Amino acid sequence: MGEVGQVGVGWVVVAALVLFAVAGAGAGLDGVLAARCSPLVEVARLVRQRRRRTVAADRPLWRIGGAGLLVVALLMVVVVPLGRWTVADLSVGVVWFNAMDVVVWAMVWLAGWGPNSVHSLVGGYRFLAQALSYELPLMFAITTPAVAAGSLRIADVVRAQQPLWFVVSMPVALLVFLTGVVAFSVWGPLGHPAGSDVAGGVLEELSGVDRLLVLAGRYALLAAGAAFGATLFLGGGNGPLLPAWAWSLTKTLALLAVLVAARRHAPSVRADRLAEVGWLVLLPLVLVQVLVVAVLAVAR
Amino acid sequence: MSAVFVDVAFWVLSVAAVGFGALVFRVDSMARATYALAVSFVAVGLALLLLGLEYVGIVTVLMMVMEMAIMAVFMVMYMGMNPALMPMNMVHSPRWAAGVAATTFVGLAALALLVPWPARRGAPPVDVTTALGNAIMGSKMLVMLTVSPVLFATLVAAVVLASARGRYDRFGDDLSRRPADDPAPGGVNR
Repeated sequence: MGEVGQVGVGWVVVAALVLFAVAGAGAGLDGVLAARCSPLVEVARLVRQRRRRTVAADRPLWRIGGAGLLVVALLMVVVVPLGRWTVADLSVGVVWFNAMDVVVWAMVWLAGWGPNSVHSLVGGYRFLAQALSYELPLMFAITTPAVAAGSLRIADVVRAQQPLWFVVSMPVALLVFLTGVVAFSVWGPLGHPAGSDVAGGVLEELSGVDRLLVLAGRYALLAAGAAFGATLFLGGGNGPLLPAWAWSLTKTLALLAVLVAARRHAPSVRADRLAEVGWLVLLPLVLVQVLVVAVLAVAR
Repeated sequence: MSAVFVDVAFWVLSVAAVGFGALVFRVDSMARATYALAVSFVAVGLALLLLGLEYVGIVTVLMMVMEMAIMAVFMVMYMGMNPALMPMNMVHSPRWAAGVAATTFVGLAALALLVPWPARRGAPPVDVTTALGNAIMGSKMLVMLTVSPVLFATLVAAVVLASARGRYDRFGDDLSRRPADDPAPGGVNR
């Protein structure tokens, strides 16, 4: 480095901008620190916390429901390939995913039923009401790529996207699918069953390890949904330059970012309002989408 | 799959299916009874996978879990004085029921064991799901085309008959009231 020398007076603007940029970075760091950026901190807190007990709780069902979300998410990704590798190449992988997302119905309701607490139970029933609205559109949304590929095997669906990703011909199905993922993860705009207006709903009585399992299960469901969406609509491991697994992971993370961001950018939708949205808007839209894709598939 | 694995899986799933089925009548809560039945059906669905019927097996799991979840809604909705939320006995007329169940079981089991079953002709197709689809939809397409609108019309008619409120309640006698007068407003402002 040379000597410090004086520059022209015009540089004062640049100096101000540099100061603002550094100050902004400081403010950003403060925000990150305030939000306790590491989920590890929250994990440590919950692991230390004592379990809450309630009167006349149905403990087996409560525990099953609480631990179930994480298990369901793990079972979901069994059929989702990471690039060229998959744990189970079922001939009906698409139906498997669908069956697992229905098991979420049981798990959330059991988590709401178990503690014998009013707000939890209300949350559990809210979830079933919500499920009745999102499930059918979700089913048709994941049927669409299967129709286009002519197979329920996920490897075939990925292969069918070789030249062109399915999102091009079925954008509506992708949007409906993502809505379904947000809904079965009890997340953000469709987190009404765990809403603050019922003191946390299904989450109300959960504490310690039980709460940790449910919260982790929720994120795991979001991640599993993103991975499945990336495989079904965004071409899975197909892509130039990078290895297949990197493409799978990149697309999954991109979809996950959209899902996570939805929490802060969309208003909460109550289950009773979602009923009409699901049956009168989403379902007809996705049916037309299936029709278009089916006609394209027959014409090809 | 090795033969040993299939044998073990068959026995584990069969015992689970029967065991959880029996549990339905032993537990004292509607929630436990409902989900014991769900687990029993899941075991049956997984046992179907051993027959190579992947689609039918997984759809059985899907449908039965969904059905039991919905049953949880109805059981609280329709039960007077809400015994669903309290401990209750899961059997009615237990002696009669046990007698009928035992007779039916012995009868069916005897039939299964005593009937001279024909030997299998031919081999199973490679893709069982496609074969099943062809068997149902191929030659019987006309029947399916007739039955499905009739079924659908029946469903719609049943809902219309069951619904306490019609369009005149919602939109007024001359159907001109907007927005509709609904006890719970919907999400799309119809």
